[in-house]
Amino acid sequence: MSGVRVLVGTRKGAFVLTSDGKRNDWKVDGPHFAGWEIYHVKGSPADPNRLYASQSSGWFGQVIQRSDDGGKTWNAVGNEFTYDGVPGTHQWYDGTPRPWEFKRVWHLEPSLTDPDTVYAGVEDAALFRSTDGGTSWHELSGLRTHGTGSSWQPGAGGMCLHTIILDPSDQKRLYTAISAAGAFRSDDAGTSWKPINKGLRSEQLPDQDAEVGHCVHRLAMHPSRPNVLFMQKHWDVMRTDDAGESWREVSGNLPTDFGFPIDVHAHEPETVYVVPIKSDSHHFPIDGKLQVYRSRSGGDEWEALTNGLPQSNCYVNVLRDAMAVDKLDACGIYFGTTGGQVYASPDAGDTWSAIVHDLPAVLSVEVQTLP
Amino acid sequence: MIRIVLPANLRTLARVSGEVAVDVNGTPTQRAVLDALEAQYPVLRGTIRDHTTHKRRAFIRFFACESDLSHESPDTPLPDPVATGTEPFLVVGAMAGG
Repeated sequence: MSGVRVLVGTRKGAFVLTSDGKRNDWKVDGPHFAGWEIYHVKGSPADPNRLYASQSSGWFGQVIQRSDDGGKTWNAVGNEFTYDGVPGTHQWYDGTPRPWEFKRVWHLEPSLTDPDTVYAGVEDAALFRSTDGGTSWHELSGLRTHGTGSSWQPGAGGMCLHTIILDPSDQKRLYTAISAAGAFRSDDAGTSWKPINKGLRSEQLPDQDAEVGHCVHRLAMHPSRPNVLFMQKHWDVMRTDDAGESWREVSGNLPTDFGFPIDVHAHEPETVYVVPIKSDSHHFPIDGKLQVYRSRSGGDEWEALTNGLPQSNCYVNVLRDAMAVDKLDACGIYFGTTGGQVYASPDAGDTWSAIVHDLPAVLSVEVQTLP
Repeated sequence: MIRIVLPANLRTLARVSGEVAVDVNGTPTQRAVLDALEAQYPVLRGTIRDHTTHKRRAFIRFFACESDLSHESPDTPLPDPVATGTEPFLVVGAMAGG
């Protein structure tokens, strides 16, 4: 029977959770890299045994780990992320120019076809690529230098490039998202980029529909429809049907349209999941009730999914990279919380149970569907 | 032979236990010792000092002989007891982060 491998990054290490296709009984392996912040762990779609992990520390900086055996063993690979050319400046919180400075890797996105090619989204916001299995990294500097970069400003969590989406139908098309700059698209394999933020409105900006400056929290795409993207913005859930040329709000009847993660069902491109959070200052669910919301209509109409989730005294957050879906026939949905729980639903969100309760704060969740 | 004590996280990363030892040609300085350490354990590059500038990371401290050498020039000779291997050179994670 096929199974799943859930890759969990936390504030104090990485954990690998495995189960068979029923997804009832779980084996918990970890912590790997104990004591380090693991912002993201992700497997290669081209080789499920190839995993990449971003390991970082305020003391010791950035390390990239690679596994070639599905997470049983790991080896540190290259950790030198040097901006291309003279880095220049972006805006600091107080509006003054500040030189770009590498801090950490937020997100690793392995190539869809080559296990040795992997992209890294970093803070201060930039996109890097390795074509040698993580040994060396080179910036795709057309994103950072395309023209608006000097006006980008960090969000509260830092100026991070947190989302990288590779178009499965067009190897030259990539999407990225940056807090707090917005969404960007390249149609030439990452050489040049354009902001794709038309239709976004942010009350936190003096020009509410500015070309850049929007705090995009997460983008999601279904591989069968690469021109349709869903976005969880700081506030507002958005959708584009034309590869980001224009966006429209699909928050509909959500109790709050603030949140961090967003994801799409593996087999139903119009089924979308978000986790509404009370507000940008609260960062916890409304009324202490942890609820995933699902739309089966591509947005606008949403239903609360609560079966198995705590419905009282729950004040955790779910961070932007901490939700994932598997590809089994009955699509499984997973998310991790800042309280250290990882919840799984083997039935597309109808019922939930916690795989683990007491991990360190969860930063990221990915899932691999194994043959 | 220069003895070096690494913080636990870096011992794990370098896959060593206890002290490590490096040989330095010429006068031992911070720079010479860290160059030798990184040559012997390449995985430590970037974790103690910046890859390019070789500037000490902000939350790393260098101690020896009950003194804080963190703010010394990287080219200042290390104390004789470190140079002779009597005392270790300590790489320490600063008290930060709660």
